[in-house]
Amino acid sequence: MSKIRKIFEKNKTFIPFITCGDPDLETTEEIIKALQKAGADLIELGIPFSDPTAEGPIIQGASLRALNGGVTTDKIFGMVEKIRDEIQVPLVFMTYANVVYSYGTKRFLERAKQVGIAGLILPDVPFEEKEDFAPFCKEYGIDFISLIAPTSHARIEQIAKEAEGFVYCVSSLGVTGMRNEITTDVGAMVELVRKVSDIPAAIGFGISDSEQAKIMAEKSDGVIVGSAIVKIIEKYGKNAVPYVQQFAHEMKEAVLS
Amino acid sequence: MSKGRFGVHGGQYIPETLMNAVIELEETYEQYKKDESFQRELTALFNEYTGRPSLLYEARRMSEDLGGAKIYLKREDLNHTGSHKINNVLGQTLLAKKMGKTRVIAETGAGQHGVATATAAALMDMECEVFMGEEDIKRQALNVYKMKLLGAQVHSVTSGTATLKDAVSETMREWTNRIEDTHYVLGSVMGPHPFPMIVRDFQAVISKEIKEQCMEKEGKLPDVVLACVGGGSNAMGAFYHFIEDENVRLIGCEAAGRGIKTKETAATISTGRLGIFHGMKSYFCQDEYGQIAPVYSISAGLDYPGIGPEHANLYDTGRAEYVAITDDEAVEAFEYLSRMEGIIPAIESSHALAYAKNLAPQMRTEQIMVINISGRGDKDCAAIARYRGEEIYE
Repeated sequence: MSKIRKIFEKNKTFIPFITCGDPDLETTEEIIKALQKAGADLIELGIPFSDPTAEGPIIQGASLRALNGGVTTDKIFGMVEKIRDEIQVPLVFMTYANVVYSYGTKRFLERAKQVGIAGLILPDVPFEEKEDFAPFCKEYGIDFISLIAPTSHARIEQIAKEAEGFVYCVSSLGVTGMRNEITTDVGAMVELVRKVSDIPAAIGFGISDSEQAKIMAEKSDGVIVGSAIVKIIEKYGKNAVPYVQQFAHEMKEAVLS
Repeated sequence: MSKGRFGVHGGQYIPETLMNAVIELEETYEQYKKDESFQRELTALFNEYTGRPSLLYEARRMSEDLGGAKIYLKREDLNHTGSHKINNVLGQTLLAKKMGKTRVIAETGAGQHGVATATAAALMDMECEVFMGEEDIKRQALNVYKMKLLGAQVHSVTSGTATLKDAVSETMREWTNRIEDTHYVLGSVMGPHPFPMIVRDFQAVISKEIKEQCMEKEGKLPDVVLACVGGGSNAMGAFYHFIEDENVRLIGCEAAGRGIKTKETAATISTGRLGIFHGMKSYFCQDEYGQIAPVYSISAGLDYPGIGPEHANLYDTGRAEYVAITDDEAVEAFEYLSRMEGIIPAIESSHALAYAKNLAPQMRTEQIMVINISGRGDKDCAAIARYRGEEIYE
């Protein structure tokens, strides 16, 4: 069983997302440690891309700040390598196809394996195109994580059957970002996954407070929170660490309650 | 290998949220492509509304002045709305209507595609929203006003470089947000399958007509066909029916901006490399880490860091050639055609004219050159005046 699958064995999981290098890589290191302390079960590390078409304004802004600060894929590998001995929770990279493809998919995954990355999420690579990436992931023992969306309907079955690690359920139409209300019947999406596979399903996109996190955790195996955390980092910059830790702690409590 | 491939290029690299929408689009298109009444309806719009077939005009003074090939201009600038963009837009909007969509969204660079989409939406009574980079809104104020006049809502895109690529990204984001009643009228032979195929098919009327008109006037095919390339829709349209005719040279002219040795360029084939962006695998201007480069060209319509996947494959196979033309050369060609033939071409099309000016004198007088004049240049006059240090007020 993969490192990622294992974390879903115990409890409902809390999965935070941050953009590496926002505001700088030193702060990112501290935030990762703080998230672990706060009880994160798995951490999604965003490698910024210049044109993130699946992101709303909050994560677009973080990507831009990180890139303007001079962050690169190699520097991010270096940062992860530096802290890997202190981090026990699995780390997954979330980025865009071109970041991996342009680096050389094999070379990227080899390096990711070296620094201890457990999974890869590429929001612009659907089921039909995963052959560019999934076989290389397999070669290096990295889970290639698939997404399902409110518009997936019958596609959920084929996606879930071949999914690895966990299934990322996109809660709403549109891009990432905080939402006041999630109107999609995500429970039904998770049920469709469970019909064909025992793979865990975590819900992301739009979850912004502990109330929503609690509801989403009831309907699934875990909750992914990105924009709400990135917004705290945007507000406090280098001083964001304690605020992120506090917020993550509250979210974790909500997920477990 | 997934669907919609041209060699290694193409594919469908898009968020899962959009997958069923493109699958539905493909199925609908395959159905209507063979549907005679759909084709009749579209042809009627082409002929009665756009004014097709567009002229194949013999540019006598230009041919004489350059002293080489006999030059013909394919006058897509004479289409209703002033460019080739209307061909694709009428096809796609009609298709959207058949799919039961009530709203169309579109990106635009120079504003030509936005104006065409707003026009078709008005004609077919659909809601229309256009996404345009803030920079381009400044460069193409007249087209912005036209779109509003036609009943469209224009959104200013401020992310990234605030130009065409960002407008595409933002329109994609909007589509993931609202799919049920909305069709994305993509403006070029790019993006995820089936767009490169659909747009090419609707634009292929250009090469179909060139072929017929050239046979009628000259009794033979042209020796060379030239077109400008951003995403590549007018070029794909002008090339398509000639791909099988291997003696016809096909030349795409990209925007070199201030030069391919500078960072201020949009010449994808000359300076880009293989990547995955905006739904497709193709060539893109990017840095060593795959970050998409902030490209530049005087032409808002060619100011795009990628090229359609079918062009990328025509380049790989050597079937078409691609050359880079600087701002200076394009502006000079813009002025040249205006004086020489009394035709003010779009600054985009002027890139093809610039290369034609170099190539024609090297050809023999019995050889035939066709240049696709993809659009008219009224929209560019203020910018060219500024480029020449003159401020004009409209």
